[in-house]
Amino acid sequence: MSAATSSAAKHPADVGRIDHPAARVMVGRHRLRWWETLPWIVAGAFYFSYPDYLGFGTELLIAILFAISLDLALGYAGIITLGHAAFFGAGAYTVGLLAFHGVWNEPITSLMLAALVAAIVGLGSGLVLLRTHGLTLLMLTLCTMALLEEGANMAHEYTGGFDGLPSLPIPPLLGWFEFNPLYSNTQYVYALIVLFVCFLFVRTLVYSPFGQSLTGIRENMLRMHAVGSPVRRRLVTCYTISAAIAGIAGGLWAQTNAYVNLSAFGLDRAAAVLIILILGGYGRLYGAFVGAVAYMGLSHFLARIYPTAWQLGLGLLLVAIALFARNGILGIGEALWRRLGARRAAS
Amino acid sequence: MILGIDVASIFLGGLSAGMVLFIVSVGLSVTMGLMGFVNLAHGAFAMLGGYVIVLAMNHANIGFLPALVLGFVVTAAVSVVLERLLYARLYRAAELDQVLLTIGLIFIFIASITVVVGPESQPLTLPPALRGQIDLGFTRYRAYSVFLIAVGILIVLGLWLAFERTQIGAQIRATVDNRRMAESLGINVDRLFTITFAFGSGMAAIGGGLGAEFLGLDPQYAVKYLVYFLIAVSVGGLGSVVGVFYASLLIGVLDFMLKLYLPEGGTLFIYALTVLLLLWRPQGLFGRKEI
Repeated sequence: MSAATSSAAKHPADVGRIDHPAARVMVGRHRLRWWETLPWIVAGAFYFSYPDYLGFGTELLIAILFAISLDLALGYAGIITLGHAAFFGAGAYTVGLLAFHGVWNEPITSLMLAALVAAIVGLGSGLVLLRTHGLTLLMLTLCTMALLEEGANMAHEYTGGFDGLPSLPIPPLLGWFEFNPLYSNTQYVYALIVLFVCFLFVRTLVYSPFGQSLTGIRENMLRMHAVGSPVRRRLVTCYTISAAIAGIAGGLWAQTNAYVNLSAFGLDRAAAVLIILILGGYGRLYGAFVGAVAYMGLSHFLARIYPTAWQLGLGLLLVAIALFARNGILGIGEALWRRLGARRAAS
Repeated sequence: MILGIDVASIFLGGLSAGMVLFIVSVGLSVTMGLMGFVNLAHGAFAMLGGYVIVLAMNHANIGFLPALVLGFVVTAAVSVVLERLLYARLYRAAELDQVLLTIGLIFIFIASITVVVGPESQPLTLPPALRGQIDLGFTRYRAYSVFLIAVGILIVLGLWLAFERTQIGAQIRATVDNRRMAESLGINVDRLFTITFAFGSGMAAIGGGLGAEFLGLDPQYAVKYLVYFLIAVSVGGLGSVVGVFYASLLIGVLDFMLKLYLPEGGTLFIYALTVLLLLWRPQGLFGRKEI
């Protein structure tokens, strides 16, 4: 800020620019708002008020983390992918294979390995896939995921094929906190901390110059080429980071459930995370939180009782969002807030 | 001559599956080429058509051919309504919104069919003339597969003539090549799209009915074979009838062969080949424009 004012003193023309409301928004948008603590307060309160639902809570936190990873690729860099579960599955199978075959099962380092493997898959596929766009990109992401799924199915001697790897031996966290399959306290707190760390990282990343250039690439790739931004390299880097975070989500999923199976790679999972992100609103970080709560909450309580009605309702909701509310629930909230503010200003 | 008969049976089986794949996918290819609309719900139209055809035969005692016509008409009518009400609003929208809309439609189709018909698989009873084996001179083979190949060849010939020799075919080709130029020349692209969309969905319905015998027909059909339809379209090239035809036959024969000799993981090779081919030629084998 001080640098901006001093340079403004030198160039009187800039004074008006920094005072402009848009400029002030640009300068201050990375700052923490009061409401940004809300998700974490709610998550903490959930732990104490609903001890019976912590298993579901853990699933929810993992879904949020997975959706955040997709938000980075899809919401910020504009890479439209139908195969993001490829990285979720790569992370989950890394944890699962290492633990099942007794190679390595310490939880935190396993997660790092999951991130590493997923990042390698992301880098390898990103280097070739991100040369294309449109339908071809969509197909290639889809086929890459299907390829990994078939690969995992084919190597059934190691991966257990369709049935997957059951009862993974996951040792206590930090040698102290047991993963109890009946009471998910440890799993919940563990997932919450991992989510928090990853979220802080992603939040810092998207407000950094790197993140800004991603938004630029999404909005106008040609212009970013013209201003000399290394577009391809930025996209591949973003895709790799996004893959690593999706791998962490997958690894968490494997550890907290103590199993892996082919559903980690499925089209269902890739579609679900896409729906979560778009339901909440993409390209705005908190869309993942809102979308995951709405989707997982509804699917958890409705889908079991009325599976068909849930499917029908979900379909209608998606059509409605595609036609009328492209920014998801958060977009609707923002529009309402703005209208309310305008009315207050008018009266 | 064991080997020769083997090869013949693989080719006939693969070709018949490929023909069904072609009949379902050709509409998707043309509509995607025309508008660049990512229509993931195309498989759902095939499923709807399959259900109309099978239910008409099983419950209303309608013959096979009239049922195919009925499936075509009903599905084309439904697709026109959806196209005017929903698709038309998103022609120039981002791909993501199109993906979202059509995923939503898939869910709606699956849920509606589960409610109206039920979740169980619907069997297709073939007319007696198409059951059993037929003597082809060099080998005996399933009559239905031979029928499918004959129908597929008739359809590709018909479509090729329509594409190359009629005014509307010329308009479609022009629009696929360069939509803006076609619009400037006074071609009503929106109306053209509605017509081809309806026709393509009707073709998908026929494909759904013809393929129900070996692909099965249950509410998950719309998702189960979607990847195959998309592969056929993207490998063949958008907006190219001949491209989808060759791609479908290739996939059909390859899939049949791999399932026979490599029962586990045969599909792995199809995905891998698709990835390699699309990296080599992102516009597909016969695609005209860069995408």
